[in-house]
Amino acid sequence: MADDLKHTTAEATFLDASEIVLNMGPQHPATHGVLRVILKLDGEKIIGTECVVGYLHRGVEKIGENRTYVQFNPYVDRLDYVASVSNGLGYCEAVEKLLNVTAPPRAQTVRVILTELNRIASHLIWLGTHALDIGAMTPLFYTFNQREDILKIYENYCGARLTTHAFRIGGLQYDLYEGFEQQVKKFCDELPAKVDEYEWLLTTNRIWVARTQGVGILTAEEAIDLGVTGPMLRASGVKWDIRKALPYENYAEFDFDIPTGKNGDTYDRYLVRLEEMRQARRIIQQAVERIPDGPIMAKVPKVVKPPAGEVYHSIEAPKGELGYFIVSDGGLQPYRLRIRPPSFVNLQALDRMVRGSLVADVVAVIGTTDIVLGEVDR
Amino acid sequence: MLDQFFFYIFAAVILLGGLLTITRRSAVHSAIFLIATLLGIAGLYLHLQAEFLAGVQVILYVGGIMVLFLFVIMLVNLDQAARQRQFNRQWWLALLAAAAVCGEALYGLYRGRGAFSFPGAMPGNVPPNTQAVGNALYQNYMLPFEVASIMLLVAMVGAVVMAKKRL
Amino acid sequence: MPPITLATLKPYIIMVLIVGIGPLGVGYLVLLERKLMADMQARLGPMRVGPQGLLQPIADAVKLLLKEDVIPGMVDKWVFWLAPCVTVTTALAAFSLVPFSSEFVVTDVNIGVLAILALSSVGVLGIILGGWAANSHYPLLGSLRCTAQMVSYEVVMGFAVVAVLLMAGSLSMVEIVKAQAESHRWFLFGAFPFGLIAFFMYYVAAMAETNRSPFDLPEAESELVAGFMTEYSGFRWALYFLAEYCNIIIVCSIAVTLFLGGWLRPFPSVKLLGWLDYAAPVGSSLLVGGLSLYLVKRQPRAFDQIVLAAIGLAFVAVAGLFAWPAFNELFRGVFWFIAKIMVLVYSFMWVRFTFPRYRYDQLMRLGWRLMIPLGIVNVIAIGIVLVLRG
Repeated sequence: MADDLKHTTAEATFLDASEIVLNMGPQHPATHGVLRVILKLDGEKIIGTECVVGYLHRGVEKIGENRTYVQFNPYVDRLDYVASVSNGLGYCEAVEKLLNVTAPPRAQTVRVILTELNRIASHLIWLGTHALDIGAMTPLFYTFNQREDILKIYENYCGARLTTHAFRIGGLQYDLYEGFEQQVKKFCDELPAKVDEYEWLLTTNRIWVARTQGVGILTAEEAIDLGVTGPMLRASGVKWDIRKALPYENYAEFDFDIPTGKNGDTYDRYLVRLEEMRQARRIIQQAVERIPDGPIMAKVPKVVKPPAGEVYHSIEAPKGELGYFIVSDGGLQPYRLRIRPPSFVNLQALDRMVRGSLVADVVAVIGTTDIVLGEVDR
Repeated sequence: MLDQFFFYIFAAVILLGGLLTITRRSAVHSAIFLIATLLGIAGLYLHLQAEFLAGVQVILYVGGIMVLFLFVIMLVNLDQAARQRQFNRQWWLALLAAAAVCGEALYGLYRGRGAFSFPGAMPGNVPPNTQAVGNALYQNYMLPFEVASIMLLVAMVGAVVMAKKRL
Repeated sequence: MPPITLATLKPYIIMVLIVGIGPLGVGYLVLLERKLMADMQARLGPMRVGPQGLLQPIADAVKLLLKEDVIPGMVDKWVFWLAPCVTVTTALAAFSLVPFSSEFVVTDVNIGVLAILALSSVGVLGIILGGWAANSHYPLLGSLRCTAQMVSYEVVMGFAVVAVLLMAGSLSMVEIVKAQAESHRWFLFGAFPFGLIAFFMYYVAAMAETNRSPFDLPEAESELVAGFMTEYSGFRWALYFLAEYCNIIIVCSIAVTLFLGGWLRPFPSVKLLGWLDYAAPVGSSLLVGGLSLYLVKRQPRAFDQIVLAAIGLAFVAVAGLFAWPAFNELFRGVFWFIAKIMVLVYSFMWVRFTFPRYRYDQLMRLGWRLMIPLGIVNVIAIGIVLVLRG
């Protein structure tokens, strides 16, 4: 498969052969960041793709080897900068596993609330940009408007909207502010009407259906073979969610469903993510009713020096399975810090999904993969 | 007086356009001048009070046929063809033949010079050209009209069949 | 030479008015679109230049005029110059055939509809030449696809227009409106329900002709296949833009003339509703004027207050003019025509902001496999209905 893409240069005179090489360059309105996709076309049909990533590579994993565990916490927000709270959750839990501590119940419940709000925020951005790529320019503004409410909650809680650094190793830094429960409840009350509005605008619109149904099909076997996780895997029919399969925090206490799709096309992924927003609301509503009292920070030493060993901990981030593999040699800084980004692995499936489609579908499929280049390139 | 003035204007556009069509290096320029010629012809139709024909001439010739010409010109790489020598070595034979034809045409024009006169605008109520063309096509020339439509249909279906990779 | 009287000079006066006011009006149409888009997207739109952003088009025009005229190196200079000219000329020339009212028409040729279709066909050439002049594969491909789309939907538009011609019996725009007056019924409802089908087909074809969403893939997919306008900047681009919005007004004018009764007021034969001729223009002008005057207090800058007050007073003056019977007689047709055009233009913009866009092959499939057969069947059906009615 790699051989026929050996000569992926962007120049080709288009009538010399029946195949053209087309470059969707790093600067591109529709690639959600600095992604370069080289397409090999036969007329309008795509016969091969190659993704060139690395334009946003910042050496985060190497930096991790030169920072203490506490110092590295803010770096983790900048991976999937659209959903930074879940990045922090995964990292803190991984280090807590190394240290063999668990966060106290109050901290766990608040973590769950903030992470599920984060899931909704990430899916809102996905919906707005995906619709914009396909041509519907209005849902973008509605979803960003709704996302503002979430960002206000984050700002009130920890002072930052985007790169929140909300969690600490062992629990939380800040306790809840006055009015947190009311703000969250208000958001949850307004959510169903707004998500219904997005559904009303798009789900039965025949143009939307024509652009997304049957486009970018990924079967369940292909998805599992490629290591795809998250809503993409669930839309292909595989009912796998780490929150249910290997529960972390206190997800086991909450009652929620895992939406799955049937065909694994773009339309199913759209429906799955919409339903996930509703299920996330369900979790938040249950959690906010029963935030236990108690400490917000476990007994963690001032200097975090985990014993030698390694741990791999993964969570269900909005985009898929976000994993942290940390090797500790007993020192102050990790020996190796490897991040398994869901977008990077999901991006592999782009080639499979797009072969045989038309060029115009590439934009829709990149949108439905929901990648964030900060995560892909680290 | 105004009649003659407009006639000469349109005639000049047509002739100049035709001349420039065949002398340009770039095929696209030739096509543009051909469009100018066709628009001049439409103007002549207007001058003859055949406004329906003028409108249809523009829609079909300029808006349809010339657009397709331009499609073909632009999609086929003609740079190479343009860079070749424009005249081959037998230009003297071509000149001889053109002079012969020109002589015949001039002789024909000289013999028929009595027929050149500008008919004035048609007197009285002229039936609108659209009605006149419609009546002629559907009453006197019904059979040729139907045959022409069938020929066009055959051409369309043939083009689609030849162009499709798989039926 | 015809004698120089007001009647013979009228076409020239109207022509000058159109060419003078037309581009300005189109500029304000762009502002209207931006404001509507903002409203539907829960934001405000242009607000800085002038009161509530009302002087934005003037700022845009000045900016575009003063921009450096960039001509890329290897282009065909002559064609590069010609392409926007062709598009703009045909767009503005089509205004001469639009009947704003029975007196306000530059010329009423007896092939009016055919002439407008002819002009839009020639306008398509401007797009091909524009893509060619860019001297690059991808703008060329983009412009050719755009052209193919426009040519295909011209056929659809033709079938919709033929449906109306069957009912009207003439190609002249003024005659078509008069036929609607005589049959006391807009052609939208003529030969029910086939008139509606014809209008629907025309509406869709008009959107595809003017490259509006949901048919704007050739323009919007400029990420992959660069649109034909890529190499044009500054005033040349403004000419293309002007032509596009002029075309929107032209296709809406044709729709209004053919289907919605042109310059006639709703129910023109019902004498009881004669007061509508006065109530509607006076009411709407007073509404706009009153709103402007009300908003004067809210403007922070004195300049904005003055401009908005002037606009408000102008609209109140227009209301007063429309209340005067002599003026109303002359201009009521123009008012109704423009009101109907505005309704259609609003719906065009509404559709643009709501729907995603079709992929190119879906677009062409829609035109050739749905709309054209529908058009053929519709024409046959209308013919049968008209023969049966006698």
